[in-house]
Amino acid sequence: MAKQTLQWTDQYVEELIGNLLRVGVTLAAAVVLFGGIVYLFRHGRAAPQYHVFMGEPTDLRSVSGIVKDALAFRGRGLIQLGLLLLIATPVARVAFSVAAFAMQRDRLYVVVALIVLAVLMCSLTGGRA
Amino acid sequence: MNIIEFTLLVWVSSLLAGFVGSLTGLGGGIIITPVLTLALGVDLRYAIGATLVSVIATSSGAAAAYVREGFSNIRIGMFLEIATTVGAVMGALLAARISTGAISIIFGLVLLYSAYASSRPRHERVGDCQPDPLATRLKMNGSYPTPDGPKSYCAQAVPTGFSLMFGAGILSGLLGIGPGAVKVIAMDQAMGLPFKVSTTTSNFMIGVTAAASAGVYLSRGYIDPGLATPVMLGVVVGALVGARVLTRAKTRWLRLVFGLVIGIMAVEMIYHGLTGRL
Repeated sequence: MAKQTLQWTDQYVEELIGNLLRVGVTLAAAVVLFGGIVYLFRHGRAAPQYHVFMGEPTDLRSVSGIVKDALAFRGRGLIQLGLLLLIATPVARVAFSVAAFAMQRDRLYVVVALIVLAVLMCSLTGGRA
Repeated sequence: MNIIEFTLLVWVSSLLAGFVGSLTGLGGGIIITPVLTLALGVDLRYAIGATLVSVIATSSGAAAAYVREGFSNIRIGMFLEIATTVGAVMGALLAARISTGAISIIFGLVLLYSAYASSRPRHERVGDCQPDPLATRLKMNGSYPTPDGPKSYCAQAVPTGFSLMFGAGILSGLLGIGPGAVKVIAMDQAMGLPFKVSTTTSNFMIGVTAAASAGVYLSRGYIDPGLATPVMLGVVVGALVGARVLTRAKTRWLRLVFGLVIGIMAVEMIYHGLTGRL
């Protein structure tokens, strides 16, 4: 057990976090690019309407709606799924930090990371207020 | 102009914004919002939503490279993230309550200050430091690699830095950008961190801060997939190219030219906000 604690040096944790971030961003970008191609292929000839703000339809505003649209293979749903993956990447980083601080037996920073994680979760789930 | 042409135009603009943002150290996010609204006529709310997403991508992409070099301080970052994430959620909630004109004016002012701050020479605090009791308790002191071996540093004025980063979080949530300029005041000047440590640590924090407000923006319908796609993919590629050039080219005159362009954009944002044209 003592040996395992030794392995979780700050340098090692940072390297793991670096890899986590790279994988997350690459994966998100790939999904967004794929969804973008599907979207342009189907709707590319229409006229853009970004000068007036109308807000997104409700299915593109919630996690469940986005997943449903993406499974239905709709371009905008797929893009939004990629964007969700992108938003989830820093959240995963914080969640991973909780575990890493716990392995280092740094209770103070387990609490600090948990607070940050709680704020992120509140925003992602209860932001409708 | 159909969606394909518009998407290409936004992609090229975002590529340039990412490139310039990386060279000037301002970040692509703060540059693409004025380009989208002023030049391409996009509503400010859509522009902010798309920018926010690109900020998460560039921050996480760059952080992956930075953390390997061992400059960033994950404890300082995590501790200050309490302030920035709470601030970001409040800023995002505030964004729905105030007019786009007011947001535009605040954006212009922040942009103007950022351009000014990034053009000034940086003074690094040198000499030995007395360890601050609170910073020591929070295990914030550390060391970073230099050509002459690891150099140690210690953090100062934690409450001041924390409060300033709370303000940075509010601005970030309100405007959909990274908290770049305030970070310099908070981490370099108040907390006395070495420049390399503060820059990499702050970049590390930007993604988490932006993710905190992204939830609010997503549920409000500000994040449009059709617009966010070219912005995100453009800014990320531009930032990567910019980072390559930065290590080779002499960037002094480039910074001056871009600083001027950014200053003009800032004034335009303020003007449009005042005349209610956004």
